[in-house]
Amino acid sequence: MAAPWLSLRLVARMWNGTRGIHRLGGAVVPEGNQKKERTMLQFLTNHFYDVEALRGYLLQREMSKVHMKNRFRDKEWIRPDKYGHFSPEFWNFQEVPVEAVDASDCEINYEGLDNLRECVLLKELQSLLLQRCPHVDDWCLSRLYPLADSLQELSLAGCPRVSERGLACLHHLQNLRRLDISDLPAVSNPGLTQILVEEMLPNCKVVGVDWAEGLKLGPEEQPQDTASPVLA
Amino acid sequence: MIRRVLPHGLGRGLLIRRPGTRRGGFSLDWDGKVSEIKKKIKSILPGTSCDLLPDTSHLPPEHSDVVIVGGGVLGLSVAYWLKKLESRRGGIRVLVVERDHTYSQASTGLSVGGICQQFSLPENIQLSLFSASFLRNINEYLAVTNAPPLDLQFNPSGYLLLASEKDAAAMESNVKVQKQEGAKVCLMSPDQLRNKFPWINTEGVALASYGMENEGWFDPWCLLQGLRQKVESMGVFFCQGEVTRFVSSSQRMLTTDDEMVILKRIHEVHVKMDHSLEYQPVECAIVINAAGAWSAQIAALAGIGKGPPGTLQGTKLPVEPRKRDVYVWHCPQGPGLETPLVADTSGAYFRREGLGSNYLGGRSPTEEEEPDPTNLEVDHDFFQEKVWPHLALRVPAFETLKVQTAWAGYYDYNTFDQNGVVGPHPLVVNMYFATGFSGHGLQQAPGVGRAVAEMILQGSFQTIDLSSFLFNRFYLGEKTQENTTM
Repeated sequence: MAAPWLSLRLVARMWNGTRGIHRLGGAVVPEGNQKKERTMLQFLTNHFYDVEALRGYLLQREMSKVHMKNRFRDKEWIRPDKYGHFSPEFWNFQEVPVEAVDASDCEINYEGLDNLRECVLLKELQSLLLQRCPHVDDWCLSRLYPLADSLQELSLAGCPRVSERGLACLHHLQNLRRLDISDLPAVSNPGLTQILVEEMLPNCKVVGVDWAEGLKLGPEEQPQDTASPVLA
Repeated sequence: MIRRVLPHGLGRGLLIRRPGTRRGGFSLDWDGKVSEIKKKIKSILPGTSCDLLPDTSHLPPEHSDVVIVGGGVLGLSVAYWLKKLESRRGGIRVLVVERDHTYSQASTGLSVGGICQQFSLPENIQLSLFSASFLRNINEYLAVTNAPPLDLQFNPSGYLLLASEKDAAAMESNVKVQKQEGAKVCLMSPDQLRNKFPWINTEGVALASYGMENEGWFDPWCLLQGLRQKVESMGVFFCQGEVTRFVSSSQRMLTTDDEMVILKRIHEVHVKMDHSLEYQPVECAIVINAAGAWSAQIAALAGIGKGPPGTLQGTKLPVEPRKRDVYVWHCPQGPGLETPLVADTSGAYFRREGLGSNYLGGRSPTEEEEPDPTNLEVDHDFFQEKVWPHLALRVPAFETLKVQTAWAGYYDYNTFDQNGVVGPHPLVVNMYFATGFSGHGLQQAPGVGRAVAEMILQGSFQTIDLSSFLFNRFYLGEKTQENTTM
């Protein structure tokens, strides 16, 4: 905590000229006198609002600096504001590796995916969500192979143009642990496709196609509907 | 004041040509009116055949700027690009003459439908890359109002080429050229191969090249139909008939070395109708030979190759039909969904077909084994003896398989160097070639079509330089050879 003291001392020195309060000395105060300094500063803070406000301000600045350094310790999503714009401070974070990209409902297409994978940052991309993207098709899936080293989660739920032919080129992504292929209208045979994809990616949990869909429940079995409280 | 009162459209309507009036008429239903008039005349004068207004709808037009002989994927691609690159809308009249409207023997429909960039010549790589981007954006290129979007059923699974010891060095240098041109290909060692594709037996394989992007296979019929629809909507004329004669004029000219050359110019194309002796002479400015396996016959009709051998007049078009068989089999334990189109060191190839453990493939026979190209009968013994052993060696799971069906198709095989012939003939100055691609015509069709259209409309190749594919090389003896195992 030497720094705030230093700046306080500097500031106090400047003040000497204007306010002429108790001498705070022009010379550098030796370490031994710190205890005396502290009580002196404490005394000043208790007596002058300006000093207190200034100390508070400088403390806040130090805290924000430390926070900045440790900003991305927990995962943080960068979101657009209500107008759909991203804040310009994003440009400062070019060295921070991106772990997840949520491009759901986004109009990303074949050329756009080029940016997603050429970018140096995305060597550590772990999760890519492309749910309900209208222009993502089989050609786009063939562009995902550079992310093979790091990608662990991929979601293609609801993409209208993805078919089983595009899913075949996901076998490059051997680190994939979770793949969501629910609700793909262009896949001709979802059950069979799920089986083939599971064979292709043995370490991956393939989610989205319920093998039981198309089977009818027996009359004595009640559907487990937790959403409606009315059901007895 | 009356002019203001009349509705706006009516005032201009009489002067606008509506689509139904192409043959010259001022009502919307000209054909219906004509048939009514004929019926009336018949009823008035029974017994006489009314030939006052003969029905010529099946005949081609009497004049056409460009006549394209052959309505397969190459012919339609040239027609498309001619219409797309013309500087004035409706500036060029194009006629496509196709002998068989069912395309029963055309190479396009019988093709395996693969596209890959793993060639050794930069021109071939560029053509394939352009074709891949054409296919990717096919609904922008071939959009027709009110027609549903095209679904090419493209499988982006890539090509896997295997090389033995002696071909490994060539494969490495080829991959270098491919990467330079922008193709996404990677080299794999046998260990990496076994890792990625555990069903492969890597005995005898020294190196493999695997295409990661823009490679795979698609439905050639869909491309053909899409091109046909679009080209018809752009105003290209179609005729079902056979070209039987070229009427041309010649001129003797002296070159700078005082040698005499005879330059020919085709003026008329005689198109004979099916099942009749009726023919229509079509006056034309340019003829494009896109007749695929039968291009040599069309070239011979134009007098190409009639002369003492060893001279330019005596150089024939070295394209001949070669029969290739494709077999479809079922193998329940075969390779999985990720299987690329695998081309073995022995020349055998196979790929998956659909979700149900069906595979199709074949093998190019050696020169001695070449089958007779007069018919398209499948040789099943060839599969048993020459294809299956290689497949079973490479993929042990294929030891138990059951052949479901098979078909045969023609390659328009260029016996000189197995690469296409593009561009004008040096002596018959208005005949352009777009043929001879020896098995990769389908995947290069969009690029070649554009190149020929540029040559015709602008005088030179603008985007991809195909000068090494001109006809001259047959006379000069310069081979533009591919040195890949495909």
